[in-house]
Amino acid sequence: MISVENLTRKFGELTAVEGLTFQVEEGEVFGFLGPNGAGKTTTVRMLCCLISKTSGDARINDYHIGKEADSLQIRKMIGLVPDNVGLYDDLSAFENLDFYGKLYECTEGRRKENIERFLKMLELWDRKDARAGSFSKGMKQKLALARALVHEPKILFMDEPTANLDPESAKTVRDFIMEIKKQGRTIFLNTHNLDEAQRICDRIGIIKTKLLSIGTPEQLRKSLAGPKTVIRLAQASEAMANSLRKLIPNKFEVSDNKLLIDVTDPDKENPSIIAAITSIGGQVREVTQLVPTLEEVYLQIVKETK
Amino acid sequence: MRISKAWIVAAKDIRVFLRKRYTIYSLVVFPIIIGIGLPFVLNVVISKQGALLSTQHLTDLMSAFAFFFAIGASVIPTLLASYSLVGEKVEKSLEPLLAAPITDSELLLGKGIGAFIPSIGSLYIGCIVFMALSDIFTHSTLGYYYFPNWTVGILLLILMPLMSVLSVEWSVIVSARATDPRAAQLQGVLIAIPLFFIYVATEVGAIKLNTTSIWIISGAAFIADIILFFLSTKTFQREEILTKWN
Repeated sequence: MISVENLTRKFGELTAVEGLTFQVEEGEVFGFLGPNGAGKTTTVRMLCCLISKTSGDARINDYHIGKEADSLQIRKMIGLVPDNVGLYDDLSAFENLDFYGKLYECTEGRRKENIERFLKMLELWDRKDARAGSFSKGMKQKLALARALVHEPKILFMDEPTANLDPESAKTVRDFIMEIKKQGRTIFLNTHNLDEAQRICDRIGIIKTKLLSIGTPEQLRKSLAGPKTVIRLAQASEAMANSLRKLIPNKFEVSDNKLLIDVTDPDKENPSIIAAITSIGGQVREVTQLVPTLEEVYLQIVKETK
Repeated sequence: MRISKAWIVAAKDIRVFLRKRYTIYSLVVFPIIIGIGLPFVLNVVISKQGALLSTQHLTDLMSAFAFFFAIGASVIPTLLASYSLVGEKVEKSLEPLLAAPITDSELLLGKGIGAFIPSIGSLYIGCIVFMALSDIFTHSTLGYYYFPNWTVGILLLILMPLMSVLSVEWSVIVSARATDPRAAQLQGVLIAIPLFFIYVATEVGAIKLNTTSIWIISGAAFIADIILFFLSTKTFQREEILTKWN
């Protein structure tokens, strides 16, 4: 559906995006995660045929982004929610959507049907005749989402759709994204909200000018370091730790009556570790599994590039 | 180029203009002042000078006053076009608009039509009022109705549309650098300066406004239209707009 090969964009001396290569499959929610200035918006703008590439290639449903004839076809099949909502404040919610519906060549019947459907889904139908300028930030963001969907695009690009929204509005937007995901649309989501990326995205690409890492949230978490088993004991002493080191090959630390043990396969290793502890008189109170959070993975990966 | 796409943009812009008090004032104030005010000035001139006023002087004055509508045609569209272009920039609405399946030239044409139609429409209405009132006030002195005539016909149908197009093209160029609609408008109205010079030249007798001179001015406006067309289309490019206009 989206295929990017060695995509690069330079602005004079500045390289905004360098050598990006990745694919996004049909129906997938792909998260693009990166700090400010990492090249997320530049990438989306290139894929939406808003700005040109310096080198490399990208195809959307076999249409090439660099070709003038293809770019109109690409723009017909995509929807964009930019980082700034960019609504016409003097037009009503309905008029804003109707204008875009016409630009996307939707028939009058389909336009009206979709406007009603999406405004109802986003709980804005009652305000359809109100000026967009009178809307709150969250309502404007929802209206921008409806605008991007009014022509029912196959692919939706969203540039930080929940940035600067209050938690309630952000949740509504996230729920809506999940809803349109169920409809089988492909979603390309720029975000620096790790929690959002983890909850919504099927796969995540971490970018800082270059693509640093890519995978499912689970794969990314595991890529940083293996999981750790945390065993809370009734009492942990240095002498017990020394005895345990002779019985198990795993590296571990002792802190506040807790053993923090590096494991590669917790299901296999944990029973023998617990057996070893009890054999030297340790009283196990609690066993938990510690997996790095996406935030830890992200911070580590971005830190490594500095 | 699909005119239908340009028309969608133009219709949206006109709808927005009609909801903004400032753009309504821009459309209404100038035609009212010129269309109603100047005939009354003629009336005052006739009543004060009476028999001393030659018919030649009176008709020259009427042609010179009609020329104000050409000046209006170079000012009003720039007020609207600047508001439209810089307004999109200020409201950050250019990115979703440019992501839609519309070409740069269709968008530019739409912006042009959106500024052109209300401007020229309001000026035509003002000019009709001006001609009617002027004829009423001057008929007893001249013994005939001076308007409409070929000079004002060429002015209305050739020069004013050409000046309006020029005004829109100029607005595109100045809007690229402006971040505030008012600043763009201030720079935009500079396009009317040559016409003010022509008006002053007619008042001091250096130029006589007749069909020949209006044709010559229209020819110059046409050449300027072509030059600014290339400059404005070069300025109004998707990538330029997104990376340099903001």
